[in-house]
Amino acid sequence: MSWKLIASLFAFVAILFAAACQSDENLDFKRYYSSGALIYQQHCQNCHGTNGEGLSALIPPLSDSTYLRKNFSSLPCYVKNGLKGPINIKGKTFDDAMPAIDLSPVEIAQVLTYVGNSFGNKLNTIDEQAVQKSLATCK
Amino acid sequence: MRTTLIMGFAAILLWSACKSSSDKKTLPIYGNREPVTKTVDGKQVTDTIYQTIPPFKFVNQYGDSVSNKTLNGDIYVVDFFFTTCPSICPIMHRNMLKVYETFKSTGNFKIISHTIDPKHDSVAVLKKYADKLGISGNTWWFLQGKKEDIYTIAEKNYLVAVKQDSSASGGYIHAGYFVLIDKQKRIRGSYDGTDPKQVDELISDIKILQAEPDQMIVQ
Repeated sequence: MSWKLIASLFAFVAILFAAACQSDENLDFKRYYSSGALIYQQHCQNCHGTNGEGLSALIPPLSDSTYLRKNFSSLPCYVKNGLKGPINIKGKTFDDAMPAIDLSPVEIAQVLTYVGNSFGNKLNTIDEQAVQKSLATCK
Repeated sequence: MRTTLIMGFAAILLWSACKSSSDKKTLPIYGNREPVTKTVDGKQVTDTIYQTIPPFKFVNQYGDSVSNKTLNGDIYVVDFFFTTCPSICPIMHRNMLKVYETFKSTGNFKIISHTIDPKHDSVAVLKKYADKLGISGNTWWFLQGKKEDIYTIAEKNYLVAVKQDSSASGGYIHAGYFVLIDKQKRIRGSYDGTDPKQVDELISDIKILQAEPDQMIVQ
């Protein structure tokens, strides 16, 4: 076996590892996103709509990236405990109550990853740890 | 000679194709019917009596009373909901908005949404709901009334007559049907209000009803 061959084998394996590591993160995102899509259909879609469009002035749309970014750390609390009181979304005020949704931290992470990366939003993956950290600070 | 024959045949085919496509779809009439024989000018005449929506009286979001007489001469669509409903009502009304937008400027058309939670959904609550939904004017009414009256008319007159499998009591309300009533107060269709495709069908059926002559004898 020539040195050249061994060297190229090493290089190949190294590339494989690198690719595997990279897609691990990507895979995590995809896993979160696709589970989140299912949770969204079951728990959120009735009110917020297939395309996150909401309903007139009754139910806010989920496409206000600025709002999502600004309230990023509170989002898990809103899902878990519901949300009451006026909020401003896309320049409109919404003051009806959202019911609390009984989901586990990982499910909250999945559904928020889905919402945060659908309807024109581009947030990062929201993982379980981040959700747990947020939940500990819910008001 | 042969060409003429073929051409003639083709023409007949084309003509019949045109004819069948211009045949308007008529909507079925649901509910019980009974023949009634009466004597008119000394002759025996048999007429069919169709099941119709009986008299009712409710109050709309403006506090005005709405009865079966208020809807005389109107084609209308009925549904049942409540303002705090977290399940299918938002989908139903997202879809109903499409019906509203399509027909809000045509006369003799109404949408009536009955609350099934009249204890919570007062006239003021319904008005606020309508405002937030973006509804104004008198095309879409949100009706409030006695709970028994609402449940009775839902079960006996609007839904069971169409959907015979309503053995699950109470469950029918969450079925989310949109029921289409004609000017003679007969049920002409029932559509799943949560399914955009069926709601599109409802919209085209309303157009068919609008084109129907007022005293047409069908079936």
